[in-house]
Amino acid sequence: ATCPRRWRPPCASRSSGSASASPCPTRRSRWAQRLSDSRRPGAVVAPGTPRRAQAAPGPRLGCPRPRGDTDSRAAGPLALARDLLAEGGEPFFVLNSDVICEFPFAALARFHRQHGGEGSIVVTRVEEPAKYGVVVSEPDSGRICRFVEKPRVFVSNKINAGLYIFSPGILQRIQLRPTSIEKEIFPAMAQDGQLYAMELQGFWMDIGQPKDFLTGMCMYLQALRAQHPEKLHSGPGVVGNVLVDPSAKIGANCVIGPNVTIGAGVVVEDGVRIKRCTVLQGARIRSHSWLESCIVGWSCSVGQWVRMENVTVLGEDVIVNDELYLNGANVLPHKSIAESVPEPRIIM
Amino acid sequence: MPLKAVILIGGPQKGTRFRPLSFEVPKPLFPVAGVPMVQHHIEACAKVPGLKEILLMGFYQPHEALSRFLAAAQQEFKIPIRYLQEYAALGTAGGIYHFRDQILAGGADAFFVLNADVCSEFPLQEMLDFRQQHGDTDSFVILGTTANRTQALNYGCIVANADTQEVQHYVEKPSTFVSEIINCGIYLFTPAIFQHIGQVFQRNQQELALEESSNGWQRAEVIRLEQDVFTALAGSGKLYVYKTDGFWSQIKSAGSAIYASRLYLNQYSQSHPERLAQNKPGGPIIRGNVYIHPTASVDSTAVLGPNVSIGEGVTVGAGVRIRESIILHGASLHDHTCVLNTIVGWDSTIGRWARVEGTPSDPNPNDPYAKIDSETLFRDGRLTPSITILGCSVTIPAEVVILNSIVLPHKELSRSYKNQIIL
Repeated sequence: ATCPRRWRPPCASRSSGSASASPCPTRRSRWAQRLSDSRRPGAVVAPGTPRRAQAAPGPRLGCPRPRGDTDSRAAGPLALARDLLAEGGEPFFVLNSDVICEFPFAALARFHRQHGGEGSIVVTRVEEPAKYGVVVSEPDSGRICRFVEKPRVFVSNKINAGLYIFSPGILQRIQLRPTSIEKEIFPAMAQDGQLYAMELQGFWMDIGQPKDFLTGMCMYLQALRAQHPEKLHSGPGVVGNVLVDPSAKIGANCVIGPNVTIGAGVVVEDGVRIKRCTVLQGARIRSHSWLESCIVGWSCSVGQWVRMENVTVLGEDVIVNDELYLNGANVLPHKSIAESVPEPRIIM
Repeated sequence: MPLKAVILIGGPQKGTRFRPLSFEVPKPLFPVAGVPMVQHHIEACAKVPGLKEILLMGFYQPHEALSRFLAAAQQEFKIPIRYLQEYAALGTAGGIYHFRDQILAGGADAFFVLNADVCSEFPLQEMLDFRQQHGDTDSFVILGTTANRTQALNYGCIVANADTQEVQHYVEKPSTFVSEIINCGIYLFTPAIFQHIGQVFQRNQQELALEESSNGWQRAEVIRLEQDVFTALAGSGKLYVYKTDGFWSQIKSAGSAIYASRLYLNQYSQSHPERLAQNKPGGPIIRGNVYIHPTASVDSTAVLGPNVSIGEGVTVGAGVRIRESIILHGASLHDHTCVLNTIVGWDSTIGRWARVEGTPSDPNPNDPYAKIDSETLFRDGRLTPSITILGCSVTIPAEVVILNSIVLPHKELSRSYKNQIIL
């Protein structure tokens, strides 16, 4: 998992869109584990034949974390893992972990074999391409002509979705030093005509920021409703798309949803209203509280008659006292909140 | 000895800081700790042996609510109570001077004057005893209390002789520090006071005659007790101060009504324990001092208090939390709402899961002499965070937050509001 930079100030910096083999040791492994309930793929560099990353934790899933310095540029770690990746001579996927979409691994692998080039990038259409890396490609073949990172003028509305598949030949291009895949490797590959773009079907969201994380969550739930509606929760007091872990408990007279995900072991007491939120494992929401657009961290305790809204984010093990109002509060882990936060701010 | 009491209740032009609550009901009838503000005064007067009559004095037009209240109060306290309407705002002394014959009728040899907008323990008997000991039969007594040095400047300041308690100097709202003893707005007079007021009246007339009639509204009959009478009486050997440590507060703004409610509710544990709600099986959870009108219907899962007054016919739904608030007659609070530091107006409705919250303006609890600030409405161009007030018949929709706002009567809101006055 990538170092969640935009979630917490003190974490090491990294550029957006880079692949996630970066060693930011403790953060990464915990993050990867912890977000399991929202079904995000962990950071996986998966050698071998394409397979849905979360489907089978077989022996080929993941790889020994390449040891290296804490530099979080994308390409460097690939070079470190050179031997492991080149073994078997098959193409390998590289995924940016703070992205959510339908992960078309099979289609991507097929596309890659068909054109025979060194690399394929999944691209998606967005409204504001200047925030990302923009891709200009030939409409028929998908061969990428140019690759422009965060352009100042409009070039194209297709951006790099952070999902790649490479043939082992790419490893020749990468030296053992801090290297940015987007800035150094891709432009060179594009010039050599070795880089192809496959357009993504369905939803896509960069979920690096809490606000976008919630949007991405809504999109994911919507897709789930279309493909696997039986996985969504239903019952009295459930509105719209709601995902609830079987071990979670929800009290009487609650109204949950739309767009809510509730993790393992969560307890929601009576009379609670939750809309557009993620509630992570082990949290407890006490009675009569009202939550909208929030992320409640692992093992948090939210008191009675609390109102939280406007992308309030609670880190792990935060306690919010009864009867408070949190508006856009970003609360770092292990804090106890005893006073309302009427205007957005960070609580350290 | 025949005693009387005069309660000064002011009129519509006074008490503007109490809007929008004063639009519906005259401020002296606003319920504090479950009963009209002025009823606390009447109860205290009725307890004084020998008190023959209570006169309410003000310049409100005849008002149905006022008449009904007076009739009910007469029945309950078994003492004649009348309303004397001033023909114009005559000031704190002008009214009693105008009605001096009424006050003295029946041979009253002393009478109390009380301001309606104060909240107090009303140590009236103690004031009578004090006068016996310290003054002569013609001396006047002001009730005083201690304030801290900064806040004392907002009140009438009294300098008194340490042994005799005679008032040596009196200044109303000075700009520099004079004394920590402040005027509580409760006085004990004898008929001799009218001579002194009369002198002020004469002087005013003479001054007016000298001046060209520049300001048509200037009236000779407008006389203020504090600035015009006490200032002159100080040092004359006739004015004394009785200092009390009992609770006391002015009730100028809505925030101070909630604070005064708390003071009276605290007093109820001794004076009227039947007015305090108790925890009962099947009833709501009560924390601290709470008043619930017998006709109110409160769900058993609601949690009320401390310092909550629930008025007549109010409905409180399941899982409601109310703290430091006054809920006026006929209001309806739906399930899971959270009401903190708020006055909910008559017949208002608050939708499910709504949060209605104000900011208390309580005096510093660490300073025993701190008084409630009557803060200005705006500071630096922003609305000062204060008690949230919902006027009469306001509708708050479900799931919104109303924070530090004042909502004028009959408004139907459709979204959240913070730090605003909603017209």
